[in-house]
Amino acid sequence: MTTMTGSRPQLSPAARIARMHRQGKLTALLLFLPPALVLFTLFVIWPIFNAANLSFFKWSGYGAIDNFVGTQNYQRLANHSVFHQSLWNSVKLILASLFIQIPLALTLALLIYKKTSINTAFRLIFFAPYILAEIASGVIWSFIFDGDFGVSGQIATALGIEPFYILADRQFAFLAIITVVVWKYFGYHMMIFIAALQAVPDDLIEAAEIDGAGRWQKVFYVKLPLIMHAIKLSAFFAIVGALQVFDIIIPLTNGGPSNSTHSIVSYLYTYGLAQLNVGYGAAVGVVLFILCMVTAFSYRRLAMGKGGAL
Amino acid sequence: MNRPGFFLALARAAVLSIVAALVIVPLIATFLGGFKSVGELRASPFGLPPVWRIETYTDILGGPVFWGYIQNSLIISFSAVFLTLMLASMAAYIFAQIHFFGSKYIQAYLLLGLMFPFATAIVPLFLQIRNFGLLDNPLGVILPQTAFSMAFAIVLLRSFFQQLPKELFEAAYVDGCGYIGFFFRFTLPLSTPILATVGTFVFVQSWNNYLLPLVVINDSAGYTWPLGIMRYRGEFMVEWNRILAFVSLTILPALIFFTFTQKYIVAGLTRGSVKG
Repeated sequence: MTTMTGSRPQLSPAARIARMHRQGKLTALLLFLPPALVLFTLFVIWPIFNAANLSFFKWSGYGAIDNFVGTQNYQRLANHSVFHQSLWNSVKLILASLFIQIPLALTLALLIYKKTSINTAFRLIFFAPYILAEIASGVIWSFIFDGDFGVSGQIATALGIEPFYILADRQFAFLAIITVVVWKYFGYHMMIFIAALQAVPDDLIEAAEIDGAGRWQKVFYVKLPLIMHAIKLSAFFAIVGALQVFDIIIPLTNGGPSNSTHSIVSYLYTYGLAQLNVGYGAAVGVVLFILCMVTAFSYRRLAMGKGGAL
Repeated sequence: MNRPGFFLALARAAVLSIVAALVIVPLIATFLGGFKSVGELRASPFGLPPVWRIETYTDILGGPVFWGYIQNSLIISFSAVFLTLMLASMAAYIFAQIHFFGSKYIQAYLLLGLMFPFATAIVPLFLQIRNFGLLDNPLGVILPQTAFSMAFAIVLLRSFFQQLPKELFEAAYVDGCGYIGFFFRFTLPLSTPILATVGTFVFVQSWNNYLLPLVVINDSAGYTWPLGIMRYRGEFMVEWNRILAFVSLTILPALIFFTFTQKYIVAGLTRGSVKG
């Protein structure tokens, strides 16, 4: 918004453009806006639309795209048990985020949100896994979980039993992945809560104290209600994040044993991209896109806020 | 201190120490593991090494691949940061400074980019990059990363630019400074905090990114470090001491960088979530 225009008489579009040109706005606009828009369109918007289109074809990535198969890719997807498993795994991740990770992050945030040097040190430590690349975290934890080394190795030796390979176990492998995901991201949610808690005005808490509120009452009746928007936002990020887990799974299990630990994205990569089943991969992408959209819109309705997301 | 207060303080200290240990122990075990032999590692994965062997570390540092991966990653990440800051601040400046027909629609269009991760479009994105002949080219990673950072960067930059005092522009305009000149001479220099925030954020994301380089770069000479780790692990399989040393060397710069820039990373994370 510029203050140079003053009152705005009704002008024809041509006259408006001429005026913008006189003020030097037109040149700035034509030089500054297109690069970002072109790049964004070419690499973000266009691929998404193309995914919708390609998902109706069977195509190996080379030659003409003329094998229209209708909804066949989606039908195969709907009937593929590995895809069902990957959806179920995403649900498990979401539940773990909501009921383990966020409560943990919230507790820690309440413990260390005040600005003291010890708290800052803890904050730094808890946030470190978030900065670490997923790949590095996955490799480190695949060592920890290794039956010959690591924790499970130590436990097995202590008990004098056969080494236990948790990542090769159908029952427990995904539990191990959930552990690593919580380890990696709890600090991120904690930071969101800390920022929100620090923004709670001190006089509100003091007023509650004067009214005789105890430690727990202050938490449940003052602090938590006042950071509700941050909790909702964090839940939203947890859900969207759980939908796109990929890098962590590859070094830990690579989707195994017997395809039991795929996420949606690792499924997409394995069955769509790695084998160049372009149409099939595009269909998985479209499903993922719809899930993200549904999450985003429900979040906006639930959080009833504008400008809340980011 | 009263009794319940004392026990609460004790419980607080216990919770914090346990969680801190769960975070730190795997990292320290990784670092120490690089100093052990495979046998020592097997006998004591978490303890101090009986002998501090530095050969594994020096082998990697003196070897042919490590610095190549780091260099490739640095080129890609710095280019993505530079391009994002440049293009996003230019666009954000237009939205903040110039009122024009369609401005709202274009901004809504860009906001679509906040709603989905690039994994959703990875297959057509791969085809697009191939069509442009950018496979095995750093640009094939840099341009999509820039495009996917664009929405987030523009939102943060625009709201910062809008808060700059309007009087400044009026005065400069009267003195004959145009829109473009004002951007370079005033807006950018006044916006270093937000540029640092956005830049750090884009850097971390680009530096840690795995899926996109995995899809775009086939030739191991062009590998970024996450691809390098996976390749190295594939090569040495059960020689965990080598793998842990390699991981330590690659995450160490990131951890140091983070310690110095955490202020900006946290600002990028929490901006807006507080205002919401």
